[in-house]
Amino acid sequence: MFEIFGIPSTALFGQLLIGLINGSFYALLSLGLAVIFGMLNIINFAHGAQYMMGAFAAFLLLQALDVNYFAALVLAPIIVGAIGMLIERCFLQWLYRLDHLYGLLLTFGLVLIIEGIFRHLYGSSGQPYEVPDVLKGGRNLGFMFLPNYRAWVIAVSLVVCLATWFVIERTRLGAYLRAATENPTLVRAFGINVPRMITLTYGFGVGLAALAGVLAAPIYNVSPQMGSDLIIVVFAVVVIGGKGSIMGAILTGFGLGVIEGLTKVFWPEASNTVIFVIMAIVLLIRPAGLFGRRA
Amino acid sequence: MERVVDPLASVATAPRMGSQTIAFVLMVLAFAVAPFFAYPVFLMKALCFALFACAFNLLIGYGGLLSFGHALFFGWASYVAAHMAKVGVISLPWFTIALPPLPPELAILFGTAVAALLGLIAGSLAIRRQGIYFAMITLALAQMMYFFALQAKFTGGEDGIQAVPRGRLFGIVDLSNDLAMYAVVLAVFLGGFLLVYRIIHSPFGEVLKAIRENEARAISLGYKTDRYKLLAFVLSATLAGLAGSTKAIVFQLASLTDVHWSMSGEVVLMTLVGGLGTVFGPVAGAFIIVGMQNYLAGFGEWVTVIQGVIFVVCVLLFRRGVIGELAHLLRIKL
Repeated sequence: MFEIFGIPSTALFGQLLIGLINGSFYALLSLGLAVIFGMLNIINFAHGAQYMMGAFAAFLLLQALDVNYFAALVLAPIIVGAIGMLIERCFLQWLYRLDHLYGLLLTFGLVLIIEGIFRHLYGSSGQPYEVPDVLKGGRNLGFMFLPNYRAWVIAVSLVVCLATWFVIERTRLGAYLRAATENPTLVRAFGINVPRMITLTYGFGVGLAALAGVLAAPIYNVSPQMGSDLIIVVFAVVVIGGKGSIMGAILTGFGLGVIEGLTKVFWPEASNTVIFVIMAIVLLIRPAGLFGRRA
Repeated sequence: MERVVDPLASVATAPRMGSQTIAFVLMVLAFAVAPFFAYPVFLMKALCFALFACAFNLLIGYGGLLSFGHALFFGWASYVAAHMAKVGVISLPWFTIALPPLPPELAILFGTAVAALLGLIAGSLAIRRQGIYFAMITLALAQMMYFFALQAKFTGGEDGIQAVPRGRLFGIVDLSNDLAMYAVVLAVFLGGFLLVYRIIHSPFGEVLKAIRENEARAISLGYKTDRYKLLAFVLSATLAGLAGSTKAIVFQLASLTDVHWSMSGEVVLMTLVGGLGTVFGPVAGAFIIVGMQNYLAGFGEWVTVIQGVIFVVCVLLFRRGVIGELAHLLRIKL
């Protein structure tokens, strides 16, 4: 153990690790928001609620059907994503011709409904979710103690984020997606079923949020309001990152998580607000965002 | 009185002396007799929220700008007004002004002025992005100020500022009497309402509507749209602050509820239910939502769920809102 700027290395790297964990959630969530916004032109306010639903899906699968963590990691995003597609078909599809603001208002209403129902059923206090046995414990790296589960969370989010980037930027399917974002009518004329693609995109984005929820379940308690405070921070992350770059969203997410973690070490009182302050500064210096293209 | 024959045109152009004046007179009469039929505290709450919603509507209904952070101005103004009425001492890190506890009219003025200042800062940041990003930025800034309110000493954290004295208006009228307080709240509301009406129908308001319809076109016509948007934002924040300050004096309380994002959502809901871009819609919406919260208070969590359902139904099927539908049905302007 040694000290950096008068701070023990374990504390510094411990917070850095928490920062990376938060950053991986920011990255997964802002990535999903960006994909949905690109395709549907809707800012999905319900993204935080869907993250919470992912965590609850894992919790309920374990409680009711004894489904283990790793199965839940696959099943929960599929279930919540399917619910998302249902939401898109029932509600969102009627809003595409209207002002973007209506999408925000509708999904905000969905947040109130979903959170209200979960609070009614499970109360405001959190439910614990055990870390799976395989990922329990940790290793001593000399300068810090690394819990296995936290390393796992960072690794999974990184892999999922990069895979998403690869699919969108480097494959034929991604090319269709990007084309449909630019000009849906033309892509439709080429015989591609754009409405189905929109539904699947929404389901995918929601699935990413649910995946983040399952990853978060053993770290934070599973509680109905776990998503709503997080989503506002993620909105700030999206504003900082700017529109139009998948890699930008991923980098901004991880980077801001780390900055937030470091703030916790050096100036704990400011850790809640640092991301919002950064957003204000970015708006002053680069109004389009760090990776944004000028409109 | 000239009447336009074409029914569609009569909807499109505002009659000089017509439906809106009649509706206004009816509204004032209703509020004048209301405290003899309904609980004055409930009415005062609804009036404060009605003014808050009118301020919000000025921005979304006429400027096309959706602020999802209006609780920032409402809540912080209520903190400042409560603090000035109860304590008075302003202590910032670099200086302290030892004022005595202020009378209610000055406390409200103080709260409103702080809201205007916050509106200037938040507005100049938020107008740097358009559309949906505007909403996200206002929401994020409001959340930041929520955390400040949680940590700042003078706000009392989770407890809020309690037992704020109502005091005497101009040193004469004792406001602990509910009817006297009601008269003050009604005067504040009507003043704010008329100001919003005046703004909407001024040349400034016309330019604002033009920006809502087509910002690029307004720019090409030589309007500095950013200045118009910023001024609209500051005006809206100021009036929201007036509503928040008044509410703090009425309820003798300023708390975290008023700065939380759910409060920003509530004012959106009130305006949406009443009718975006209608003069009377926000007032009707505020009374509907406050009334609903009052009567359904026993249902606990279900109130939130019901509000969510109203949101969804309004957005999908009922975008004109109550007053908007009424105006459409009667083919008048309200």
